[in-house]
Amino acid sequence: MDTDRIDQIVDKHHGEPSSLIQILLDIQTENSWLPREALERVAERLQVPMTRIQHIATFYKAFSLVPKGRHQIHICVGTACHVRGGSRVLDTVEDLTGIKPGETDLDLKFSLETVNCLGCCALGPVMEIDGKTHGKMAPAQTADVLKNYD
Amino acid sequence: MSDILLTIDGKEVRAKQDMTLLEAARSAGISIPTLCHHEKLEPYGACRLCIVEVETRGHPRIVVSCVYPVEKDIVVRTRSEKIDRIRKMILELQMAHAPDSFILQDLATEYGADKDRFEKEPSFCIHCGLCVRYCAEVKKKNAVGFVDRGIRKEISFIPEIASKECWNCKECFELCPTEALQAAYVLIEALISPETSFKPEEDGDRTKGDQDRKARKGLSVLA
Ligand code: SF4
Ligand code: FES
Ligand code: FES
Repeated sequence: MDTDRIDQIVDKHHGEPSSLIQILLDIQTENSWLPREALERVAERLQVPMTRIQHIATFYKAFSLVPKGRHQIHICVGTACHVRGGSRVLDTVEDLTGIKPGETDLDLKFSLETVNCLGCCALGPVMEIDGKTHGKMAPAQTADVLKNYD
Repeated sequence: MSDILLTIDGKEVRAKQDMTLLEAARSAGISIPTLCHHEKLEPYGACRLCIVEVETRGHPRIVVSCVYPVEKDIVVRTRSEKIDRIRKMILELQMAHAPDSFILQDLATEYGADKDRFEKEPSFCIHCGLCVRYCAEVKKKNAVGFVDRGIRKEISFIPEIASKECWNCKECFELCPTEALQAAYVLIEALISPETSFKPEEDGDRTKGDQDRKARKGLSVLA
């Protein structure tokens, strides 16, 4: 992400220090992670200390300080999904992608996370990819679903 | 601004309107234990050790004295069975993280806290925020801040700022109730520039033995 784009985002929020979280979210959404240079630019533009930015960026799960894959897989391990076999879905996806929750593969294709209930328990076990819900997942089906992403 | 009259531990206390209970008590020579309070810093209310009982119209409740503003005619008790019990618990929890802190040990003796009550998880930081806030509010350098949250929250130096500012300041070291900051920083220094880290202090008031002890403690941070 180049400095111009970051400046644009900061300008969109009128360079308001109180919009810090919103600005970071915009960068996160667009870039899927927060590179250090981006944070330094934001700090400079908003005149807020790096310590504050670092605290916020590490506080909220929505932010990532390491590169993320092109596709975000969220597998629900909430109670309802768990009793319906969510952990077996997770196991299969771990095998297929070669990564564990919290990790990203070397090709930057997938990032894997677990979540504790996506709010649609009747569809469990639930796997969400880039915000799209795949319900009633059987471990055997996961490969077919993942195939659609590259 | 008219003064406010209240009762603390049975003593009539006259306080200024913008004072906190803690300030009012201290101005009357009544001591309340604190860990995260510092006169030069904004009240923070993190450690909860300074809790007191406030009674209004016969109803007692627990408030945090370092952030609670004085009120007319309230009756404040700085010690009671309930308060002592809560303070004891707070200390026991903190000592799971910083069992060797002298400040905590002294308080533990006073409140009968058992430092071994909870399983040890030495993080050497009790999140009082003194170092972080001192660097931000007094020194205005923001070299050290918190990262992460909950049980994983810890302090972290911004290397670019730390390498310029910290060597000549180190004022936050003295503030830490657990000495963890000192340990961590000295350790980092030792790792980055081993040839300078054991050099005795120029300012002379800290001895080499002291530094060695800190460095050794620093190693246990890693363990
Ligand atoms: S390192 Fe020490 S001074 Fe800093 S927040 Fe932790 S306990 Fe407080
Ligand atoms: S437990 Fe998975 S959606 Fe509720
Ligand atoms: S001194 Fe009041 S909460 Fe720490």
